[in-house]
Amino acid sequence: MPAVSKGDGMRGLAVFISDIRNCKSKEAEIKRINKELANIRSKFKGDKALDGYSKKKYVCKLLFIFLLGHDIDFGHMEAVNLLSSNKYTEKQIGYLFISVLVNSNSELIRLINNAIKNDLASRNPTFMCLALHCIANVGSREMGEAFAADIPRILVAGDSMDSVKQSAALCLLRLYKASPDLVPMGEWTARVVHLLNDQHMGVVTAAVSLITCLCKKNPDDFKTCVSLAVSRLSRIVSSASTDLQDYTYYFVPAPWLSVKLLRLLQCYPPPEDAAVKGRLVECLETVLNKAQEPPKSKKVQHSNAKNAILFETISLIIHYDSEPNLLVRACNQLGQFLQHRETNLRYLALESMCTLASSEFSHEAVKTHIDTVINALKTERDVSVRQRAADLLYAMCDRSNAKQIVSEMLRYLETADYAIREEIVLKVAILAEKYAVDYSWYVDTILNLIRIAGDYVSEEVWYRVLQIVTNRDDVQGYAAKTVFEALQAPACHENMVKVGGYILGEFGNLIAGDPRSSPPVQFSLLHSKFHLCSVATRALLLSTYIKFINLFPETKATIQGVLRAGSQLRNADVELQQRAVEYLTLSSVASTDVLATVLEEMPPFPERESSILAKLKRKKGPGAGSALDDGRRDPSSSDINGGMEPTPSTVSTPSPSADLLGLRAAPPPAAPPAPAGAGNLLVDVFSDGPAAPASLGPTAEEAFLSELEPPAPESPMALLADPAPAADPGPEDVGTPIPEADELLNKFVCKNNGVLFENQLLQIGVKSEFRQNLGRMYLFYGNKTSVQFQSFSPSVVHPGDLQTQLAVQTKRVAAQVDGGAQVQQVLNIECLRDFVTPPLLSVRFRYGGAPQSLTLKLPVTINKFFQPTEMAAQDFFQRWKQLSLPQQEAQKIFKANHPMDAEVTKAKLLGFGSALLDNVDPNPENFVGAGIIQTKALQVGCLLRLEPNAQAQMYRLTLRTSKEPVSRHLCELLAQQF
Amino acid sequence: MVWIRFILIQNRAGKTRLAKWYMQFDDDEKQKLIEEVHAVVTVRDAKHTNFVEFRNFKIIYRRYAGLYFCICVDVNDNNLAYLEAIHNFVEVLNEYFHNVCELDLVFNFYKVYTVVDEMFLAGEIRETSQTKVLKQLLMLQSLE
Repeated sequence: MPAVSKGDGMRGLAVFISDIRNCKSKEAEIKRINKELANIRSKFKGDKALDGYSKKKYVCKLLFIFLLGHDIDFGHMEAVNLLSSNKYTEKQIGYLFISVLVNSNSELIRLINNAIKNDLASRNPTFMCLALHCIANVGSREMGEAFAADIPRILVAGDSMDSVKQSAALCLLRLYKASPDLVPMGEWTARVVHLLNDQHMGVVTAAVSLITCLCKKNPDDFKTCVSLAVSRLSRIVSSASTDLQDYTYYFVPAPWLSVKLLRLLQCYPPPEDAAVKGRLVECLETVLNKAQEPPKSKKVQHSNAKNAILFETISLIIHYDSEPNLLVRACNQLGQFLQHRETNLRYLALESMCTLASSEFSHEAVKTHIDTVINALKTERDVSVRQRAADLLYAMCDRSNAKQIVSEMLRYLETADYAIREEIVLKVAILAEKYAVDYSWYVDTILNLIRIAGDYVSEEVWYRVLQIVTNRDDVQGYAAKTVFEALQAPACHENMVKVGGYILGEFGNLIAGDPRSSPPVQFSLLHSKFHLCSVATRALLLSTYIKFINLFPETKATIQGVLRAGSQLRNADVELQQRAVEYLTLSSVASTDVLATVLEEMPPFPERESSILAKLKRKKGPGAGSALDDGRRDPSSSDINGGMEPTPSTVSTPSPSADLLGLRAAPPPAAPPAPAGAGNLLVDVFSDGPAAPASLGPTAEEAFLSELEPPAPESPMALLADPAPAADPGPEDVGTPIPEADELLNKFVCKNNGVLFENQLLQIGVKSEFRQNLGRMYLFYGNKTSVQFQSFSPSVVHPGDLQTQLAVQTKRVAAQVDGGAQVQQVLNIECLRDFVTPPLLSVRFRYGGAPQSLTLKLPVTINKFFQPTEMAAQDFFQRWKQLSLPQQEAQKIFKANHPMDAEVTKAKLLGFGSALLDNVDPNPENFVGAGIIQTKALQVGCLLRLEPNAQAQMYRLTLRTSKEPVSRHLCELLAQQF
Repeated sequence: MVWIRFILIQNRAGKTRLAKWYMQFDDDEKQKLIEEVHAVVTVRDAKHTNFVEFRNFKIIYRRYAGLYFCICVDVNDNNLAYLEAIHNFVEVLNEYFHNVCELDLVFNFYKVYTVVDEMFLAGEIRETSQTKVLKQLLMLQSLE
């Protein structure tokens, strides 16, 4: 049925096109075009009125010239004139010219809109479609303003032709995308949904697209579309391969419509109605079954169309993530494709499996294909397929296969395409950290990364290894030894020098005992690299050198010699010069004690989400990150593998200096300055609060030290927004705390950091610091799923009259939390007077459309505002006697719930906040403590005594304070800790 | 939101035979896109997939003789559905122009736009039935 014969239509146009094609050079072409332009211009300007045919022909030539890439500055008016022609062919060229050469000339827009208006009202379906296509192609705001109101009417009018409805639906879609505000929802929306039932499959095809777009912003208005879509899909899927006639494509019934319906369903959670859900599951099963049937045709079109539906079905199954049986079947089907001879299918199977790997139901099934995937990484010819294989390995990685996957990815890195090296480096670094069982493996892996692909190792990666080594004393010696060995290589990457320089500067002393790595050897090894390095690396090495002077006094003379050299002291680079001068002076004038204080070992870094992960997400662009990120954070692995909460050992260590934030134990005035960068967190926020001890203010040393610290890419301070007053919903809004709330709260009485709450969806981590009557708390909300949380709103509620006792300011957080992502909320807390009831934390959000709410007790108890007080035995006893009124004392005798270990008990009492006083109680087994509770209104002095009785496995706890409720409350809180 | 960003038909030499844009680009940007697509697509051979990542999108393409038919869509869109949409479109062109060749697209460029608009509109698939599209095109052809 040939519809067009060659040369048909406008002869003049064909001649002109031939001429252009015969031009031998660009110059000849331009010459020919200019001649034609002159000709057309004279015709348009001529006295003789042109007939429609000529006008059409010339406008079409102009269009052709424009499409060749030449500017056209006339002819618009003639094109607009064609719009009002009664002949289709003339009108069509007019509309085409307008659509391709959009012109914002306001005079013309008015004329064009007028012509469109006439055609829309013409009741001639051909003309109506031309006008609708023009609006859809141009999609400008002016057209939206002129026609947004008319098009819904045309779309749902009973007498509109099918083809007009198709065009109207998509035209409306375009206007909605361009300017949603111009398309108000109305009574037509319900009728649009019913187009899913339309007899004409083309109308349904167009309508599904429109509904899919509209329902994203107005899910409730369109939710009836779910059951209609399911029944439509069911009819298609269960039809025989020839039932749908015109809409059967290579024996596959309506493949595109099926795909669109399946995508529409992905805008909603699984249907609630059991019958609809049953019907849908049946459809999904049918699609999976059909995949196993022998093909009805050998043509690739048949298998492509069939598999288009299959992959979309699998996407929906993954979106629901609730049918283990279907997920595993999907995985098996994809497993077959992994070895298919069609590259397309292998690629798509790898891609689709990536998302399956993040479902807990199918993760294990995906893992069984590891060997095939590794093989793909090694043998696929198409780099994009290899990349998908690398993505999948990353997604399927867990504790059980991490070593294998990391080593395969490292091996692949040696030959990987340059385009994807950085991404592979990031992935290896993340996996190595996340699944490290022992950190020596982690250190080895990162150093291997630098060795193999040093150029692609970004700052984030090597900062991170330094943070981890700094925070974990079990790996520091190993790290020092390993970098020392790595630096022996004659040619080592500059990144290796950076890592080596930093680690040896901090931990070189751990390997200094071995004569092969004695201090002078370490120094000369580092210094042998110095001159070949960039300014930044040399600056870092200078800092290492001054640390060496502190660690190894025997190197002082050599290093001072280096610093003193003209090449340093008079270095043209101001940074290097300044460091050399300052370090030289510091090493000469400061006493050993001062030097040791200034150059003290770096304090542990606050644990936070790995910045590498953020970088990978950025690299993959929005949206893709969440699929890559392993949303199912393995709870058992979180302690060893960073994540958001500090390790238990850091939290509960008795030594105050081990506290992550270095704040819980206020140092006595003579103590060394608090670690840089940590001490002043509170001071600058509560600038009108009580003056901080001088030692906490920024000092010269601190600024000095902070340069040595690898920059923290995401300081918590950066997240500070305008403080929002704490949401204070009325009592009817407050949920009852969950049953475990008290138990969870008790865990935090003696510690400030850790995981407050965790379930399948959400993890809430806490990090807090308190000083005097002020506190700051960071809450970390981690979305453990792969689906975005919506309307996420955590708020703090003050039950009863707590409001007069405790002020909590919260910062607002984003209302959406992406799958696998974490958001942080900052709370500023001020204790106004003593209190008993903790504030409540109410967290509400929508997960997959279903509202979730959760109420917890916020771990803020009165003892957080303890200030430890040291005193001598006689002072203690004197005060003890002063507080001898019966109501000032609270006492409890209770059975031990935990093994009675003196060290643990000490740690808990220190964590509780009081000072521990030695040599006060005549019985050395007993513990005596003292402190002051700081509130804005008053201070409450507290004395406590804990007497363990090992034989009876009992304790007696006595509290004496100047306020009766405080004594009682502290006694209750503390008694639950042993 | 998922929709077609543009459709391109190019020959091996990089000459554009059809460019249909469903998103606002200025002329320089269009030219850049055309060149970039040509560069990424023509280096691939038959052993490669028909999909290639492109900026924040992906190109689904298929080669017919010396012509590359390329559709640019969102990364999470259905690759095979668009791959077959291309083929469906090519079969319609073939039927309409009676064994279509590159020259038909050159000389009848203004008709190709009509075919596209029948099958794709506003970046979405509008009509997939070859019978229905050809019937409509024949009807239009008979009009003056």
